[in-house]
Amino acid sequence: MTDNLVESNTSPVLREAHAADGTRVLELMGAWNLRNLKASLRTLDPGLKAYAADPTLHWNMQGIAELDNAGALLLWHAWGRHSPENLTLRPEHIGLFDRLNTLSETTLPHSPHDLLTPVILLGKRTLSVADHVQGFIALLGQLALDIAHLARRPMLIPWREISANLYRTGAQALAITGLLGFLIGVVLSYLFSKQLRIFGADIFIINILGISILRELGPVIAAVLVAGRSGSSMTAQLGVMRVTQELDALAVMGIPYSVRLILPKVVALSISLPLLVLWTDATALLGGALAAKVQLDIGVLHFMNQLPDAVPIANLWLGVGKGMTFGFLIALIACLFGLRILPNTQSLAAGTTNSVVTSITIVLLVDAVFAVVFSDVGV
Amino acid sequence: MTDKPCIIEIDGLWTQYGDTVVLEDVNLCVHYGEVLALVGGSGSGKTTLLRHILGLETPSRGTVKVFGVSLHEGDPRSRVDLRNRWGVLFQGGALYSALTVFDNIALPLRELHVLDEASIRTLVRLKLDMVQIELKHADKMPAELSGGMVKRVALARALALEPELLLLDEPTAGLDPDLSDSFVKLIGDLRKELSFTVVMVTHDIDTLFALSDRIAVLANRRLVATGPLKNVMQLDHPFIRKFFAGRMAVAGA
Repeated sequence: MTDNLVESNTSPVLREAHAADGTRVLELMGAWNLRNLKASLRTLDPGLKAYAADPTLHWNMQGIAELDNAGALLLWHAWGRHSPENLTLRPEHIGLFDRLNTLSETTLPHSPHDLLTPVILLGKRTLSVADHVQGFIALLGQLALDIAHLARRPMLIPWREISANLYRTGAQALAITGLLGFLIGVVLSYLFSKQLRIFGADIFIINILGISILRELGPVIAAVLVAGRSGSSMTAQLGVMRVTQELDALAVMGIPYSVRLILPKVVALSISLPLLVLWTDATALLGGALAAKVQLDIGVLHFMNQLPDAVPIANLWLGVGKGMTFGFLIALIACLFGLRILPNTQSLAAGTTNSVVTSITIVLLVDAVFAVVFSDVGV
Repeated sequence: MTDKPCIIEIDGLWTQYGDTVVLEDVNLCVHYGEVLALVGGSGSGKTTLLRHILGLETPSRGTVKVFGVSLHEGDPRSRVDLRNRWGVLFQGGALYSALTVFDNIALPLRELHVLDEASIRTLVRLKLDMVQIELKHADKMPAELSGGMVKRVALARALALEPELLLLDEPTAGLDPDLSDSFVKLIGDLRKELSFTVVMVTHDIDTLFALSDRIAVLANRRLVATGPLKNVMQLDHPFIRKFFAGRMAVAGA
């Protein structure tokens, strides 16, 4: 009379039987909860659906020891989203099915597919860029106001913060910028000297290295490194301070965070980046001179002596000027993105990435502008 | 009471960071089906004890067993399974800030890799219904929710896997009295419906009176008392006297 499908103490059991009056009865036993269903869910589901196809079948669920929402849902789905006609339940399980039966039919909010999505996305991007430009200008204005305010009350100038930022962005970056500058100097010198030797123009290594390093490579390498190193940390710091309401705490104490947090960063980076540019120039030239000694047998002292004659000093000032501009821009962009971070982890990650990518892009763009504007200077 | 089996069994637990002893020889048994409240002053080691139960801290000495399984030794597989049998409500909610309300609750269900998406959607809707969050909030990010809603969504997430054991860290902290009452009522109702065991850390005397079957009092790094609320309140211990000072009169009247 009975045929077992599954037999175990705790796992869900189905047993088909016939009542005295001849109606088919399906007895459900065991624990119908998520933990015990995990293993047998895939095998149970088709069987249940087959049973549910028979509307006269009597479902006897009094033998179920444990039933939870997942188990109830499995049965409810098999029944076609409503309870069957002939159903015997334990009283404590009635609530579970009532809950399912009264579950509102409204579906979850679902973002519709739209053919215009690319256009909308493009529009949103454009507006976002415009928004960032506006924010940048507003921040610039705020900075100008702060500087005017501090000029009248010099005692309010945040010296400690400026000094701390100088140390973090400048002194602590000396090792990495120095190392990278030196290596690039060596690499360039090797490459150039090979070419120059073909034409017997060995001595021009000094001109080429001097101009390229002082005018372009020094400022750009230092700026890219600092954008990655200090720009990201500035964005993350401001972002986390916004998320943890530290910025709000400063504001309610009457401490303007633009003066305490943004101004010191911008001022410090505008000072430390040109100094780092000088340092990177020096190590790159040293690397270049050492490589030239090895490759072309041009003495290091001779190299240094010839340098002022070969390269007009204007190139050095141009490089330092670029460093100052880049430092100013990197700090301002980092602060702009930091202040726009939303209180969630993804926004923090995206904001930091965008900050670094944007500041490096802007640095290279501005570098191109410098190249065009100062094309007659120093060459 | 003592003849019932323990769902959580803590035996001679010591915790030490360097020279600082945080917990000293703690022994505790939480029975199946009861609501145990853990109370104690700030810095008494309540949170540390809860973290031990959750397996987030390693004891310096002693053992912690949950569902009869030791949290720090034995088969890694069974320790993972164990984590599907409890639900945890962290004090700040600890919702995943990058996921929507819906995805926060769906995450543990998806991680089981047995349910199809339609079932997951219905289950999430059920849980939202249980904690009385309207469906229109399902698409919101945790940052857009109010404090009370964060707690309720976190409770829905804790209940996602139909846990047998629910651990609550300061369930009513940061809620106004009205919200706090309704949250306590919600936990009470759900407990009647789903019959889980509850261990909660709380400061709130109203919550204690409303929910707990037994309380365990931590003071000076030790468990100084465990038992039904009424019995513990009679005890003559400086911390207990101070803790219940405001309530003694009310309870006695």
